[in-house]
Formats: sequence, C-alpha cells, structure tokens
Amino acid sequence: MMEIMEGSHAVAEIVKRCRPQVISAYPITPQTHIVEALAQMVADCELDAEYITVESEFSALSACLGASAAGSRVYSATTSQGLALMFEVCFNVAGMRQPIVMTIANRSLGAPLSIWNDQQDSISLRDSGWLQFYAEDNQEIADLHMIAYRVCEDHDVLLPAFVCFDGFILSHTYEPVDLPSQEEVDAYLPAFTPYHRLDAEAPLSMGMYATPEYYMEFRYEVDRAMHRAKETFIRAGREFGEQFGRDYSAFVEGYRLDDADVALVAMGSICGTAKDAIDEMRDAGKKVGLLKIRTFRPFPGPEIAEALKSVSTVAVLDKNISFGSGGAVGTEVKAALYGSGAAVYDYIIALGGRDVRKRDIAAVVDLAEKGKGDLFYGLRTEVL
Amino acid sequence: MAKVEQEHELFTAGHRACGGCGPALAARLLLKATGKNVIIAASTGCMEVFSTPYPETAWGVPWIHSLFENVAAVASGIEASLKKQGRSEKVVCIAGDGATFDIGVLCISGAFERGHDITYVCYDNEAYMNTGIQRSGATPYGASTTTTPTGACAPGGNPLPKKDMPAILAAHGAPYVATASIAYPNDFVKKVRRAINTPGPCYIQVHTPCCTGWGFESGETLAMAKLAIETGLWVNYEMVNGVVEKAKKVRRKPVEEYLSRQKRFRHLFRPARQDDEIAKIQAIADANAERFGIDIKVKEPAE
Repeated sequence: MMEIMEGSHAVAEIVKRCRPQVISAYPITPQTHIVEALAQMVADCELDAEYITVESEFSALSACLGASAAGSRVYSATTSQGLALMFEVCFNVAGMRQPIVMTIANRSLGAPLSIWNDQQDSISLRDSGWLQFYAEDNQEIADLHMIAYRVCEDHDVLLPAFVCFDGFILSHTYEPVDLPSQEEVDAYLPAFTPYHRLDAEAPLSMGMYATPEYYMEFRYEVDRAMHRAKETFIRAGREFGEQFGRDYSAFVEGYRLDDADVALVAMGSICGTAKDAIDEMRDAGKKVGLLKIRTFRPFPGPEIAEALKSVSTVAVLDKNISFGSGGAVGTEVKAALYGSGAAVYDYIIALGGRDVRKRDIAAVVDLAEKGKGDLFYGLRTEVL
Repeated sequence: MAKVEQEHELFTAGHRACGGCGPALAARLLLKATGKNVIIAASTGCMEVFSTPYPETAWGVPWIHSLFENVAAVASGIEASLKKQGRSEKVVCIAGDGATFDIGVLCISGAFERGHDITYVCYDNEAYMNTGIQRSGATPYGASTTTTPTGACAPGGNPLPKKDMPAILAAHGAPYVATASIAYPNDFVKKVRRAINTPGPCYIQVHTPCCTGWGFESGETLAMAKLAIETGLWVNYEMVNGVVEKAKKVRRKPVEEYLSRQKRFRHLFRPARQDDEIAKIQAIADANAERFGIDIKVKEPAE
C-alpha cells in the first residue's frame, strides 16, 4: 500500500515485516527515528522481538553477533561515530560469517563534529567483509532491506550487510513508499535458518584462533562468499521484481546513458538530483547520462566497465575522501575502467552535508568536459 | 574435590596451556559445575588461545569467542536470543582479568545494568599474561610486571592497588557476586552452580595463579593459591544483593610467606630487603581481614 512516510519510518516498517527476533541498537543522529519506531512497535506488541537497549554501539553489534550465533535473525542500525565505534566488531562479524543486516543512515565523521550527510562512515569500512547497498530513495531503502536479508542469510553467502541511505536527506524526508504487507514479505523472505548455531545439543566452537597455517584460507573464504553474493543478489533482486514489480537484479543502473559522451557515476540520493540535472542538460543538447551504483560491496567492476564502454568522459561524485589518495568510488571506478580509454575524473562533493543543487551537477560536467577533475568541488576558498 | 573429580570431563586434555596453569584448572572446574546445558562466551586471552587453536578445541560445550572486550555484550545477545527461542541453556562468560577489569568494563557494566540472566566468571591471574605479563587493573600492589618493572626510579614494582571489581558489580545490583580460588575447587564449583541458578547477572572472580607470569614452579600453583588465602591477600567471599554474607576465615600467615615464593615480588627481598614495601602489602592484607572479618580468633573453631 502506498503511503507518504518518513524514510526512517519506512525502514522501521519494513524491518518489522522482516521479523527480526533480536534488535540491539544505540541511538545516534540521524538513525534515531528508526530505532525509536522499532521500540514503539515492540511496546505495542506489533513486533515480537527482544529489544536490547545497549550502552554503546560497540555492544549493539556485539550483542547482535551473540544473538545471531545463537540462531536468531537480528537487526541493528547506526551511523557515523557509532559505526566507527563498531569498527572492530564489524570485521569480526564478517569473519565469523554472521548474516546481520544493519541500516546505515550515512553521516560524516568527526573532526570537526558534524551530524550531516556524506558517505565516509560506511565507505571507510569497505574492507570489513560487509556487503554494502546504497539507496537512492525511500522506496529503494525499504526494498533493499528485504533483499539484504535474503542475500545475507543464503548459505552460499553468510555475510553481513550495510543497507545505506543518506542521513537526513532520506532518513528525515517524507516520500511515497509502497510498503508490502506482512504476508507478502513472508512470501519473499522465509524464516531464518542458521547454517549452524550455538546449541547444547550439538556443541561447537565458534571464533577460534587461527595460526598462519589456516588464517589466510578463512579470509579467502570471505572473499569467495562476497563474490558468490553477486549471483545471490541478482537472483534475490529478480525475484523481488517478479513479486513486487520493482526489479533490483542490477548492481548498477544507467540513466540516459545510451548515447552519452559524459557519464556521471554516483551512489545514494545524489542520483536523484543528478537525474534532474541530466534532464536539463539533455534539453540543452548535452549528451550526459548517469550510472548509479547500488552495490559498493561486492564492487561491480565488470558491470561498470560494460555500462560505460561507450562514453569518453566519466565524472565520479564521491561523498567521501581517502586523504592523500582520492574518493573511494572514483579510485575503484578508475580501476574498473583501466585500459578503456575513457578519461575518468573524481570529484569530492557534499562532505558534511553541503548541499548539492542541479547547477552543481552541471558545473561538475563542465569541469569534466574541460579535463579538470580529481578535486574537491565547491570549496569556499575565502575560508581556507 | 573427590566428588568433583568423579564427574565427566567437558574441558578436555590436550590443550596448549603451560604445565601448572591455574586458568586451565578453573576452566575444567567451571564445566564440571555447569554441566552440558551451557553456552560459554569467552574473551580473547590466554585461555581462549590455549584451548581453541583451530582446528582443535578443548571445549565439549558450545563455545564462542568474538573479541577481547565484548564478551559480556556477546553474552547479552545470546541470552536474548535463547529467551526469544524459549531455550534453557545457561549463558556463562569466561574472561581474564585484563578483559574484565580494564578493557571490557563498558560492556560488563551495560550487561549487568540491563540485568541479563548471565554468569560472568573472571579468571584472575593478576596481569596480561597472554601478551607477556603486563600490568592490569587486577595486578596487586608491589608486583613486578613487564610494564611495571622495578628499576632505580621504581624500586617497588606496580605502584597501584588492585581494583575492587566485585564491589563495582555488586553496585550494579548483581544479585550474586563471589570470589573463589582454584585452591578450593568444591567451593568454586558450588559458587558457579549458585550463580547460574540465580536469575540475573552474577559475577564470580576466581583466583588462578600463573606460574609463568608470577614466577614459581609449576607444581606449586595450588599451594600459591592457598597461600594467597592464608595470608589474607585473597579473600573468598559471597555477596548476596550487595551484602557480604560469607567470607572464608583463616589463621593468617604473614604476607612474606606468599611474596617471597614468587619472582614478581623478588625485588622486595633482593638485593636489599624493602621492609617499608612489605609492610604496605601486609597492611593491605590486614585491611582485607578487617573488612571481611576473616581472622579466626583464639578458641574460635575453624570453618
């Protein structure tokens, strides 16, 4: 049923329908509306889950790990500093192959302290072994949660996932969202069947230590599972489309890309602004298109290369910065397009919530056409 | 002891602990106390490393290790999951003193404040032994460790007192807090059984001498644990709802009898005897005796 609702509430509503048995979370702006809504659902008997009000994000994810290992479907949500505090646990969860789904309401990292949006938080954990999905709008963030549980819990994958949407820009914005009913979600997402669990009837040891004789194979297995997740995602996304009419089988989506000379590449809500800007540029005769990246992990390198094989200029919009190197998405897109002959430029943009308007997107395209890139866009030079 | 010995071994031999390891004995006794219907959550540390080198494990019950400092939070999640599933296993944490007194305090405080039905057992060998004998918040005053070494400017070793972790957890409202010693195995087993059968978060701190870290012969582990009790430097007691109900009484020996047998206190006796420092440690034992009323008075029968 189509409803006008806040992004955070759309997430909470869909998470409820995914029937997590244990929820463990710690409040942090701009994630709070999600966990408040879930707590109210538990209080109202709408959601039959154990809700652990932990004392830190570090414990939030640690408790999820324990609950998942004991055989429950679990859920958490966080952002920014909270995710940074979870850093150690994140690597551990992936290494222990627990299929935990966690919403990230993307926010910048201090210092300086900033509660506003960029994608530095989740992108900084790109090497942790978590799948990373990025939503453009509130319909997509809701849908991606169902898909994430399907993919993570598949015994071919058994990895955790960040389901990311831009803090405030989506989390606190009202949009129409088509929410499936409980029965529809149940039909798509079966009950959690753990691959193995802590159980006195069948004792096993989990999280042992490994010597150099074994460690590398464990890490290889995580990488292999990450690659297998591509097939699982395609299947889960296609079946989602068959059931709900919205197909998510693609890791990347092109917008007016077919005859484009210049392609923008971006993740998250900025894609919406870019599409509007592209429409205007197209009206003015510019052959510009967009490639939206939905799955940052696993990284769809071959799919990006295929989608951009005909463009001469690529402008990547990066809401993050790897100091001393460049934007993380740009770096990986450049690697994916190595040898293609396309000129690939990276633009660090919208850090700490700086607004991006259609004219900023057009300005980036102009810069790329002039061969100017690999820079911070929109700096206030007067305060430097 | 005999009664305990007759039961099935769930913590099996063949692990990689040092000969004479106090914590290994604590693990064995712990599982004798819990039986099979338990899930063990372990912190990083000596015991985790010596008992689970992949692909081998010494644990005959479900066991999980995640990180150094999060065992209480992991156990919180396990407990919540079991509750949701209607399962009956007891959840028991086992963690060293570094994981408990220092780096894990945040998670422990949260778990105890939330009132999860878990039992947290700290095996206290009074320093970071897994990394090579560094000072922890549980290291006693005067002990030499690799981060509180003795030297011309630091003749006394560790200048800081041992943190009172049981009192901290009792202050969280823990219904049952106890200290124990591997020198008194039946007492330890009894306390674990009481803890796991007491609803809510319970804490047991078991003294587990480390021959490698403390510097004594591997055959003297139990003797050392017993001397700690007999000198009053370790007190076995139970706190129920924050009130000390029972403390083991002793005819106290001078602390010197305990200190002089361990390399970590050797600087107190050689090259020159440090009477002032020994007196300070004696004062700690005297204060313990006063606080817990452990001295056996003349004509009063021993327990």
